[in-house]
Parts: sequence; structure tokens; C-alpha cells
Amino acid sequence: MAKTATNTIARNLAGWLLPAALILAWETASRAGLISESVMAPPSAVLAAFVRLLASGELVENIGISTLRALSGFAIGGSIGFAFGLANGLSRLSRDLTDTTLQMVRNIPHLALIPLVILWFGIDEGAKLFLVALGVFFPIYVNTLLGIQGVDPQLVEMGRIYGMSRRELFFRVILPGALPAIFVGLRYALGIMWLTLIVAETIAASSGLGYMAMQAREFLLIDVVILSILIYALLGKLADSFARLLERLTLQWHPAFQPA
Amino acid sequence: MSVIALHPKQQQEADGAPATIRAPSPAPPTAPLAFSLRGITKRFGDKTVLDGIDLDVPQGQFVAVIGKSGCGKSTLLRILAGLDSPTSGSLTVAGGSAAERRSRIMFQEPRLLPWARISRNVEIGLTGIARGDVARDLSLQILQEVGLADSTEEWPSVLSGGQKQRVALARALVAHPFILALDEPLGALDALTRIEMQQLLERIWQQQKFTAVLVTHDVAEAVALADRVVVIDEGRIALDLPIPLARPRHHGSPETARLEGQILDRLFGRG
Repeated sequence: MAKTATNTIARNLAGWLLPAALILAWETASRAGLISESVMAPPSAVLAAFVRLLASGELVENIGISTLRALSGFAIGGSIGFAFGLANGLSRLSRDLTDTTLQMVRNIPHLALIPLVILWFGIDEGAKLFLVALGVFFPIYVNTLLGIQGVDPQLVEMGRIYGMSRRELFFRVILPGALPAIFVGLRYALGIMWLTLIVAETIAASSGLGYMAMQAREFLLIDVVILSILIYALLGKLADSFARLLERLTLQWHPAFQPA
Repeated sequence: MSVIALHPKQQQEADGAPATIRAPSPAPPTAPLAFSLRGITKRFGDKTVLDGIDLDVPQGQFVAVIGKSGCGKSTLLRILAGLDSPTSGSLTVAGGSAAERRSRIMFQEPRLLPWARISRNVEIGLTGIARGDVARDLSLQILQEVGLADSTEEWPSVLSGGQKQRVALARALVAHPFILALDEPLGALDALTRIEMQQLLERIWQQQKFTAVLVTHDVAEAVALADRVVVIDEGRIALDLPIPLARPRHHGSPETARLEGQILDRLFGRG
């Protein structure tokens, strides 16, 4: 047991070796004068900026604001996408009515709507929520729909034969069967959530991580710019790890998630 | 007598009629009927799959239905299990309440829920019948009977094909059905596992005394298991042959070989 635990930790650490080596190389190159300070601040300067902003409370506040925006937008867009995915997966009528429209809207890059969204919402919270919700909607919708359509019809027939009610059929057969695809959608959506928010905050905001980065650019604080970028990377990774944890917990039955 | 699939006109007659018991040809006339099919016809578009099937099966009989691919034998089974309704004709199942004439069907694929542990999969057989601890005890009991007492907490993905079919059999039998319809349940198994499963099926059938209808394309399997073999050809019953062999039966005895030959001759139109 102890040995497998050590193995797991070792395997998790392995993924961090490359980033650590890159940072080390970067620091060395900066100190040696190979990288100009006006192009890339060295990691030590970024770390110093981190400590400074952490102490002033600015960093925590901005991360908090951005996270709140990201999650609220995700909750709105994700739940609407999930609801449409369920409805269109379960009902032919609903699919016939809405799927064509949704597929057309899906082909518009949602970031292309930024000028329009600014006209509608100004640079208020509404603009960011709208963009994140729109961006998150489609991966969740498409994958929920695919997941439900991909449920083995033989299992559904089996459930019917054994007298499951529609409710039981949904919760015991259809939803668990669609879950692997729904998780794929979830992970895509989390990526799009951060991407959309960064762009929206960079263009139109008066708080948040993207705003912090843009302010720093105006004052040529390149260490803060790099710090914000790194924080985005970490937040993205965190969201993905969370999705994978959920996946592991709920898909224990799946051969891909069973210990070899 | 209760009627499952009837034409509206025939429904009235059957409801009003007393429980009549016809003597089926190969079985002793004293055995009450489990079900009877009258003039069952099934068309898909202009294609007639079943063309006026009449069949009386006494309670507790093991019937094997044989035919070439596409002869309509699976359709017949689906009608019997209530999954399809006939274009015309009637199916009458004996017995009293719905619970007493429950029928179950087992398919070539085990159709287990991959996300439910083995015992939970078996409990599906008790949907609407029992739940909680009762369901759990019953499912553990039947799993023991099919020899899977050690695997109750496994995921289906770790079981072999034969073990999965045993779980499917346990699920079908946990509620003690009156009729068990089997649609080539052993067709996908290797030869040795298949013989093992045949013996298991025979043993449980003898214990539980349900009426079994086995659709198969394996003549040897039919002769090894059934009391009676019905050959279907072009949607009609081409041969209805009693198998009066004592159990347990042995593969490859001269008498089995003779019966198998007789069935094969009929199947290939040499009879």
C-alpha cells in the first residue's frame, strides 16, 4: 500500500519537473543578462511582485473577483447548456425545434460578440457573465446531447423490460451512461471559461486579474503582467484537476478509471 | 386466464370465456397451459415474418425454438415477452395476478449496467417488486445459485463473458418468473463455457420450475436442454418434436444424434 502511495505521489510530481526546470533556466538566463528585463522579468522579480501584491491584498481581491465571475458565468451557461442537452437528448420534438438554431449560433465565435456586448452591457459585470455563459454553453450542450444519444439503446430497452419508471430509467440508465461525455464537455467548458474571462477582462473591466494585467502594462510593470499570466495557468490547471477528481469519483466503474 | 396481447374483438371473447385447457400435442394432456399462441402473424411493411403461429406450451415445459437466421424466431420471442405486439393473432398467458404470470427475457448480450455493481445489477430484476434489504438478500441468494457469490461487489467490466451471462440469468430469475424467454443467450460464449451454462440453466430450471422458451440456432443445445423442439421455417411451424430423453442428458449419445439429424433434415428441407 505504502509503495503504491509513493508511486502515485512520484507520478504526480513528475508532471511538475518540466515547469520547474523551465523556471530555473529562465532565472539563470535573466541573471546572466541573456534576457532583457524590459522583455521578461526574472522569476525572482515575479515572486517579489507576488509577495508585494499579496501583502497589499490586491492580488487576493482580484483573484476573488475573477473567480466569482468565472464561476457565476459557468453556472449560468453550464446549467442552460445542460438543460438543453438533456431536453434535446430525451425529446425528439425539442431537438427538432431548437438544435438547428443552436448549431448556427455555435458557429459564431462568441468573442466576436464583444463589441456588441459592450454596447449592451457597458463594462459591467453583465458583459463578462454573458460572454462566459455563452462560451461555456456550447461544449456542455453538445457533449450532454452526444452523451445521451450515445447511451446503449439495448440498456434502455432492458430498463423498460424490467419495469423502470421514466425517472428510474433516467437516473439509473441514461444519466450514468451519458456521464463520461458530459465530463468531456465540462473540461472543455472550464478551459473556455478562463479564456473568455481573460479576454473580456483585458478589454473591458475595472477589476479582476485581466484588469490587473492591463494596468500593469500601462505602468510597464512586466513582473505583474507575467504574474497574472502564471496565475491564469494555475487557475486553469486547478479547474481541470477538480474536473478530473469528479470524474474519478463518479466513473469508478469505467475500465479507464480502475486500478490496473 | 389473462390476456396480454389481443385484438379488441377477441379480447371480449377471451374475457368472457372460462379457462379452457387444450391438450397440447406432445405434452401430457393433464398439464395446465403456461401460454398459448393463436394465429400469431407479424408483418414489417410487406414482409411477413410470422405467418399464423399456433403454439400451446404447458407449464414447466422447456421449449426450444430453432430456425435459420431471419425465420422470425426472435420476433416470436419478443411477442411472447411483450416487447412487440403481433399484427394479428393472440397470446394468452395462464395464471392469476400480474406477478404470477411475470415473464422475463434474456438476450444474447448480457445488457448489464456497467456503472452498477453486480448485486445492484441483479436487484434491477426486482424493480417494483422488492427494495432495500429484501432486494439485496434475494439478489445475493440467486447470485449464490449461479455460482457468483464471490463477485457480488465487482463491476461488470471485470467479469468474463460467461460470468456476465450468469449475472443476466440471475437478474432474470431473481423475481421467480413464470415464463423465461431466452434469445440465444449462450450464442456468444465459447464452447466449453456454453456447456457449463447449459448445465446451470437446466439445474435452475429444474429447481424453479418456470416455463422456458429458448430461441437458438444450435441444434445440439436444443436437444440437450429442451423437452420439445419447435422448428420455424418461413414464419410457420415446420416441425414440433418432443425430446423424450431422460435427464441429465449426455452430449453425443446415439439417441441425441438421431434427434439432431431429424431436426437438421427438416431445417435443410431434406425431411
